[in-house]
Amino acid sequence: MKVKMSASNVNFYYGEFKALKDINLKFYENNVTALIGPSGCGKSTFLRCLNRMNDLIDGTKVEGEILLDDENIYDSDVDVVELRKRVGMVFQKPNPFPKSIYENIAYGPKIHGIASKGAEMDELVEDSLKKAFLWDEVKDRLHAPATALSGGQQQRLCIARAIAMKPDIILMDEPASALDPIATQKIEDLIFELKKNYTIIIVTHSMQQAARVSDYTAFFYMGNLIEYGETQQIFTQPKLKQTEDYITGRFG
Amino acid sequence: MSVKNIQSSRNKKRYFKEKVFKMYGVIALFISFAFLVTFFGNMIFKGYSGLRQAKIYTTISITPEVLEDPAYAFLEDDYYYISRDEIRRLPLKIQDSKDMMNKTFNEWVIADSEVDQYLKGRPNRLKNSDKKYLDKLKEEGKLKLFFNWNFFTNGDSNLPEIAGIKAAVFGTIYVMIITILVSVPLGIATAIYLEEYAKDNWLTRMIEVNINNLAAIPSIIYGLLGLAVFINFLHVPRSSALAGGLTLGIMNLPVIVISSRAAIKSIPPSIKEAAYGVGASKLQVIWHHILPLAVPGILTGFIIGLARSIGETAPLLVVGMVAYIPDAPTSFVQSTTVLPAQIYTWSTASLRAFTEKTALAILVLLAVMLLLNTLAIWLRNKYEKQW
Repeated sequence: MKVKMSASNVNFYYGEFKALKDINLKFYENNVTALIGPSGCGKSTFLRCLNRMNDLIDGTKVEGEILLDDENIYDSDVDVVELRKRVGMVFQKPNPFPKSIYENIAYGPKIHGIASKGAEMDELVEDSLKKAFLWDEVKDRLHAPATALSGGQQQRLCIARAIAMKPDIILMDEPASALDPIATQKIEDLIFELKKNYTIIIVTHSMQQAARVSDYTAFFYMGNLIEYGETQQIFTQPKLKQTEDYITGRFG
Repeated sequence: MSVKNIQSSRNKKRYFKEKVFKMYGVIALFISFAFLVTFFGNMIFKGYSGLRQAKIYTTISITPEVLEDPAYAFLEDDYYYISRDEIRRLPLKIQDSKDMMNKTFNEWVIADSEVDQYLKGRPNRLKNSDKKYLDKLKEEGKLKLFFNWNFFTNGDSNLPEIAGIKAAVFGTIYVMIITILVSVPLGIATAIYLEEYAKDNWLTRMIEVNINNLAAIPSIIYGLLGLAVFINFLHVPRSSALAGGLTLGIMNLPVIVISSRAAIKSIPPSIKEAAYGVGASKLQVIWHHILPLAVPGILTGFIIGLARSIGETAPLLVVGMVAYIPDAPTSFVQSTTVLPAQIYTWSTASLRAFTEKTALAILVLLAVMLLLNTLAIWLRNKYEKQW
């Protein structure tokens, strides 16, 4: 199996505070990797290192290497815009732009010149919405405001927006935590479909969700990567007592 | 225990306190409302009569001597009651149209301000014999009040019956153009830099404190700054729209910076993250997402700043915009007056007829501000409702 992205000896600091300690992790192509752990363990911070979203926060520092197809994304000659085009992101709270549904999808491709205005863009928008299982619900109102959609629809719109950029990797930061069980179910079905074409890294607070959707699971605690392995193995025979305690709900 | 037991002494005390607290609010509202009504009532009462102007229907006979001394053209009885302006301008009128020569015609001409005041029942300096004659004219229908278009189409004059606000209104427009050109681009650019680019360190914090301070500095200080920097150092012409506009622009800058920053800050960070997440560059995030969403807030701040600048007097007096300027400006560097300065000039004039002009000019100024504030509210509602 091909390694799509890998982190080696990654340390991360918010000012003086060391939020990530010596993280080593490999993400396999066309697999779903779940990052789990209690709040404040550094899993979201680590996720945001993978497309350099942490660059936006003042006073942060990264050490170590994160490779995307053998290129270190923290090299000085890396263009962050190109990186984020290849590593898309879906956030915890659905955050569509306050524009129309169509414009939400078309915005990324437009600024990167992926598709030109007109038929090509229409096709890309339709294709992305179809891949996000949203097309049937919105095809008649593509120019209606995206903010009028329900929370679950908004989140699928955000996924469609990420897909439209034709990324290699999609990062998801607790994508279903603000949604009801039915909307969550749809997102999980969607993740299962998407891994055929994309490498997905998902942060989640729900053990069940990690167990259902992921192929690999990494358990973080206090900025350390405690255990990493196939989801099956992590949930049935964890090697460490700490992992077992967490996934069975004894702490965290 | 029943929840209906409202008569316990503890509850009674509570109800009483709540009633008293509510009363404070009602009293405060009533007092401020009373002030407003008194103020507006006074202005309207004093100013409404300025909208009308007395005219006399008189006979004018043009002879060659009139070119030497225009007094010859008017009836001796009426001459004293006619505005000096009509008399002064007669020779010019004759020169403009030669066929007026050697003709006699009847015309409505502007009456002297004392006559005007008498007709409106206001204090005046007319003698009893004058009043008798004017009463006779009035009965004959030869003395009437007309709508005072001159108030809007004339500039200032030392004769109240023809004094108007045109020069001041145009002066205000010229000054505001400069003010907007100076404060809006600089203010928005500063706000964007401070919010989106500047790192959070002691320098930016110091700049922030200073900007907040600048917004609270008395406006006359800005006038002195304008005098020192723009007029004495950069040699901008004194009393010009450029000098006034630059001064007000600098005064307005902190207001625009603060309101724009507040508008930018109020945009949810999730929108910015979404934009960065799809790989937008910083410039694209600012232009495509932050500015469009911040526009209503920025506009509101801009209009409120503009309304404040329009009414500002002190700094303009310092840069010399209080001179007697009868003509509307045609360039940014010539001597100009503005509405509040015009009001100030008229309010200190000794002729009683200027009182109603002052009040009317104040009403015009208030109407402009009301319009601007309404516009600000309308714009804010319009763009905020959209999403």
